[in-house]
Amino acid sequence: MNTWIAVGATALGCYAVKLAGLLVPVGVLERPLVRRLAALLPVALLAALTAQQTFADGHALVLDARAAGLGAAAVALVLRAPFLVVVGVAVLVTAGLRSLTG
Amino acid sequence: MAQQSALADIRGEGEPKPDSAVVRDALGVGVAVGLSGFAFGVTSAGSGLGLLQTCALSLLVFTGASQFALVGALAAGGNPLTAAAGAFFLGVRNAFYGLRLSQVLALPRAVRPLAAQWVIDETTAVTLAQPTRHAARIGFTVTGLSLYVLWNLTTLLGALGAKAVGDTDAWGLDAAGPAVFLALLAPMLKGTTERAVAALAVLLGLGLLPVLPAGVPVLVAALAAPAALFVSGRRSGRTRDNAPEDAR
Repeated sequence: MNTWIAVGATALGCYAVKLAGLLVPVGVLERPLVRRLAALLPVALLAALTAQQTFADGHALVLDARAAGLGAAAVALVLRAPFLVVVGVAVLVTAGLRSLTG
Repeated sequence: MAQQSALADIRGEGEPKPDSAVVRDALGVGVAVGLSGFAFGVTSAGSGLGLLQTCALSLLVFTGASQFALVGALAAGGNPLTAAAGAFFLGVRNAFYGLRLSQVLALPRAVRPLAAQWVIDETTAVTLAQPTRHAARIGFTVTGLSLYVLWNLTTLLGALGAKAVGDTDAWGLDAAGPAVFLALLAPMLKGTTERAVAALAVLLGLGLLPVLPAGVPVLVAALAAPAALFVSGRRSGRTRDNAPEDAR
């Protein structure tokens, strides 16, 4: 049930902001400060999420095969690999290291 | 961005581009990104969400970063509304895409509630890259349609596949979520402010993880954005005043 609440709230919220962008008058969102904040908000969230999902195990910080996978993904990004390759490399390296270390 | 949208307006009268070229560009993006719904389906099912819940997310939320964030937060044991809040804040950027797109596409009001669901990173990138309004409309429609259909199809396949695979962690699939975030983040890290925001957010997100309830550290980390704006605002204010202590 809790999961359905989260799914419903996310679906409503995400649709509402998409529609708002198409409907609101230009002036409201075109203030420089609002625009800068909107551009920086995803940077902060994505950075925090990347770090947490790489190093978190519940409430503890751990260094495991995921870190190696993300390192490989970073290298792929530097080499300008396509999106799917970046994700695939992370998965393969993580799985490979786990199978080696047991 | 104001300059860019002015540019897009000017380009609204630009050189025409063959429809087939627009369709090819749009399909390239739609297919490549649409296929990564597979990673979402697997991650979501691996995070403990049911098949219906996973598919509902792709059908109704349809903005990848928010979907990955939500299932990650739920898997970590987060409160459903805290988890939804993190996903929502990630989706806020789509409002700003919509603002640009409504200028470029000039959609009739009746179409906007339908078009809204397709207002995401990829459709915006393709649409704003087109030279004319006609090309922009084709680009938006083809990218949106191909991406929506494929993303939902591959989500279903991924969720079914995860059930067949069993322990998704053994296959390294728990690394797919953060890799997606990193791939979305990388092109945003252009300036010093962006990098400072990212570094501060990482510190807050990891530092607060042991002490705050699941999902909350990410929301606190989001404060790195207004904090950086405040600092850079003060700094540029001082530069204008030519304050001597502002050596940096």
